[in-house]
Amino acid sequence: MPKKEFVIKIKDLKTDIGILKDFELSIGKIIEEWEEEAGPTEFPTIKDLREWDFKLLQRYRPFYMPFCDVCCLCTFGKCDLTGNKRGACGLDMSAQQSRIVLLACCIGAATHIAHARHLLEHLIEKYGSDHPIDVGGINVEVEAPITRLVCGIKPRKLGDLEDVLDYLERQVTQLLSATHTGQEGSNLDFESKVFHAGMIDQVGMEVADIAQIAAYGFPKADPDAPLVDIGFGTADPTKPVILVIGHNVPPAIEIIDYLTENGLYDQVEVTGLCCTAHEITRYNPKAKIVGPISWQLRFIRSGVPDVIVVDEQCIRADSLIEAQKVKAPLIATSDKNCLGLKDRTNDPADAIVSDLLSGKTPGVLILDPAKAGEVAVRTAIGVAHKRKKFKAIPETSDIIESAKRCRRCDECRRACPNDLPIPEALAATIEGNLDELSSLYDECVGCARCESACPLGFPLHSFIVKAAERKLKEERYKVRAGRGAIQDVEIRRVGGPIVLGEIPGVIAFVGCANYPHGGKEIAEMAMEFAKRRYIVLTSGCAAMSAAMYKNEEGKSPYEIHPGIFDAGGIVNVGSCVANSHIAGAVIKIASIFARRKLRGNYEEIADYIHNRVGAVGVAWGAMSQKAASIASGFWRLGVPVIVGPHGSKYRRMLLGRKDRKEDWYVYDARTGEKVYVGPTPEHLFYAAETKEEAMVMIAKLCMRPNDTTKGRSIKLTHYIDLHRRLYGTMPDDIHLFVRTLADVPITMRDEIVKILEEKGWEQNIVPDPTLLPRLIRRRG
Amino acid sequence: MRMAKSTEPWMTAEIPGPKKALVITKPKVVSAIIRRAKRPLLIVGHEAVEIELKEGRLIDYMIRLAEAAEIPVVATAHIQGEFQRRGFKPASWMPAVDIANRLVDSEWMGLGDEGRHDLALFVGLPYYMGWLILSGLKHFSPDLKTVSLDMHYQPHASWSFPNLSIEEYEKNLRVILEELEGD
Ligand code: SF4
Ligand code: SF4
Ligand code: SF4
Repeated sequence: MPKKEFVIKIKDLKTDIGILKDFELSIGKIIEEWEEEAGPTEFPTIKDLREWDFKLLQRYRPFYMPFCDVCCLCTFGKCDLTGNKRGACGLDMSAQQSRIVLLACCIGAATHIAHARHLLEHLIEKYGSDHPIDVGGINVEVEAPITRLVCGIKPRKLGDLEDVLDYLERQVTQLLSATHTGQEGSNLDFESKVFHAGMIDQVGMEVADIAQIAAYGFPKADPDAPLVDIGFGTADPTKPVILVIGHNVPPAIEIIDYLTENGLYDQVEVTGLCCTAHEITRYNPKAKIVGPISWQLRFIRSGVPDVIVVDEQCIRADSLIEAQKVKAPLIATSDKNCLGLKDRTNDPADAIVSDLLSGKTPGVLILDPAKAGEVAVRTAIGVAHKRKKFKAIPETSDIIESAKRCRRCDECRRACPNDLPIPEALAATIEGNLDELSSLYDECVGCARCESACPLGFPLHSFIVKAAERKLKEERYKVRAGRGAIQDVEIRRVGGPIVLGEIPGVIAFVGCANYPHGGKEIAEMAMEFAKRRYIVLTSGCAAMSAAMYKNEEGKSPYEIHPGIFDAGGIVNVGSCVANSHIAGAVIKIASIFARRKLRGNYEEIADYIHNRVGAVGVAWGAMSQKAASIASGFWRLGVPVIVGPHGSKYRRMLLGRKDRKEDWYVYDARTGEKVYVGPTPEHLFYAAETKEEAMVMIAKLCMRPNDTTKGRSIKLTHYIDLHRRLYGTMPDDIHLFVRTLADVPITMRDEIVKILEEKGWEQNIVPDPTLLPRLIRRRG
Repeated sequence: MRMAKSTEPWMTAEIPGPKKALVITKPKVVSAIIRRAKRPLLIVGHEAVEIELKEGRLIDYMIRLAEAAEIPVVATAHIQGEFQRRGFKPASWMPAVDIANRLVDSEWMGLGDEGRHDLALFVGLPYYMGWLILSGLKHFSPDLKTVSLDMHYQPHASWSFPNLSIEEYEKNLRVILEELEGD
């Protein structure tokens, strides 16, 4: 929405009281306060940044891996799109695949934006629309870098954010409409719209997180945010335990407030799964995180939680059924996830509590967070002694009995996303060996697909959990509560070293827990790069997985590494919506450190980031549509994203071709000359097969055309060192990353110079890089 | 043991569309396809290092195959060092999606610029990843023939083994090697 649409100009207004002439009302109190000159793309429409997108897409061309050979979206179909066939509507396979990617990103963006809307309405009701947006006191002047960049406004108060959401909602509708049969027909235009979805998604996440930080007093850009408990074994099962699951935190906050106000917090445990868990620890460090999304079934079935409160996103659709298995009442609190339950929002709390305690109803829907909070606490206290931690985990003897009956049909294994050898592990239990079954625990994503597939109905996931009982109880770690934004002063301090390449990179481990070999791979990667003095950021489920590791001294990564945005830090920004601070940090490097104009100036800022800021996102267990839209927001900013092998199911990669020299030219902004800069960064979106491959690629993707020779030699040292260690050899593409001999790491000089000679390498200059001709200062 | 039906995708839900891989019923088929190819390529993923067979790991069998049939090898993931440790130098190494992306490019002149590949043999990728990559090639590289040499049915290849037990699989590989080594 262009800015002008916020300004109502009325030539003649006839009202009951008279006629008004040339009346101008500026609705956006926010607009006029900012002295910075307006940039070219405030409130961009779905096509305003198309030219920029095409620049990226020309270099990083989509490679489609269709997940389905047909299209079934309309009644003309199913249409077979194999090879170069077209559907009845004329669509071909590449357009169809990009359309599905767009649909996924629209779902993701809509989810964050709807979450932001829901949260904001609640916060405005509770704290007032004039509540100031303070996300870091004097340390954070640029409170909403993405919103400023995209919308060209400076939000000051909660109420200002409503206008932003109006814009975002409009964009999602437009984007979604492009996926209708007979609309967009070009795969590249679909891809440009995917980028748009990602960009507005980032704004939506930012709105949600800055609103909740400001209203709830979450840590405000605090590098020393408290260390909080995480892990299955951290909850005290002798107390009544409340489990909150989801992303939208108001009901969980009300639980904590009710407990505190009534002096009950010492008697009750509040635990969480998924991002709501992050949020409760940001609100009150006494709360406990059980683990990422994949811990849902194992924790519920353990019987430890007495009451389960679900809000929205990433909640298992069978949560009510699972809750019933352990006789734990369930409270649904979001209109997006009603679970078929009766709406009891307007009933008195006493009546609801009494129905839940008597077992008259297994669950209720309460859309008033305060009431949900009160009911959750009172029910937990009332039901805990009755339930006696009734659990749904079998005994070892049950497992052995089942093993004897197992048909070895392999249906469970064929349903398992990680192809885990369940039948073999089960068979081993007959000999009394539970170790094999227990070892599956480390790689199990807790989906229970094995159970659904088993013709004998064995609760196989529970078998695994039982076999790994000891490990589970020992799951006790520390994670630093989500700190929120990165301070402006931190950006000023590290901006230079990052842009010059002396801090070798900023690496963000984000997203869900659909890991190929368990979450420990995240902890290992995070530790490795922090040790190498990269800046490591974490968020969401990945931030939790990064915590679930201990060194010989029993310390977890967040205890070993500081929470500062500086070399060697491991910085948990918070939940999914806190991902916006990661994008915000790279944007702030361009605006605060390099003083590029921010206001509505997307293309220039993205160009700056793409060519200068060595940032890489790693979504190792990315599963959701939200993860897809989060990634696409980074693509538009020119930041590469690596996913794990399951991420190949997003069905489209954006891959550069280092063997095509013509793809890797930039303008030298000083002269206008076109300069070859090598494949920096080589890919924009790519699925790695193994952790080792990902680590080498992370180091490689941190290189940028702007690196100084010193910076490049540091980055090359890490790349070569990791390649040697993990691949066992020298990389075969070093020559593509050496521009002058000064780039060559001094310790490997002779060896590399020899390689350069063999490859016919030629010396080149280090330009002032840009992809935008309009930024050339003097024509060459 | 009751295995998955021979031509069902190994992962139950990975159902392909109308065009499905022809089943390699006899190992001879593979050696014949390889012999007929002008510019074959063997792409080996990291699971080849993990799978143990009678006479070594799957990667050892693939080295024998590459040597016997003189097929250049692309090592994906991080296993290139595993080849070199065994005294074999792959022609190239790169991420699995990278080699696939080159194979769909009609202008790419193959490894070493020696001409387009007409046959790509895949082995050792995670099943679902191989499934998707072969789908990409099936749709966007119509002139390329693909063969899956894994022990489970890969529906998007041009040819694939059916779902085999590890013993049957090993036997099939051995017959192929004996045939090619006898050439
Ligand atoms: S949308 Fe197009 S391709 Fe899809 S089913 Fe309808 S006609 Fe066929
Ligand atoms: S619950 Fe675990 S073992 Fe079962 S299918 Fe899912 S990942 Fe595999
Ligand atoms: S699906 Fe059930 S019966 Fe079949 S192998 Fe697995 S555990 Fe045994």
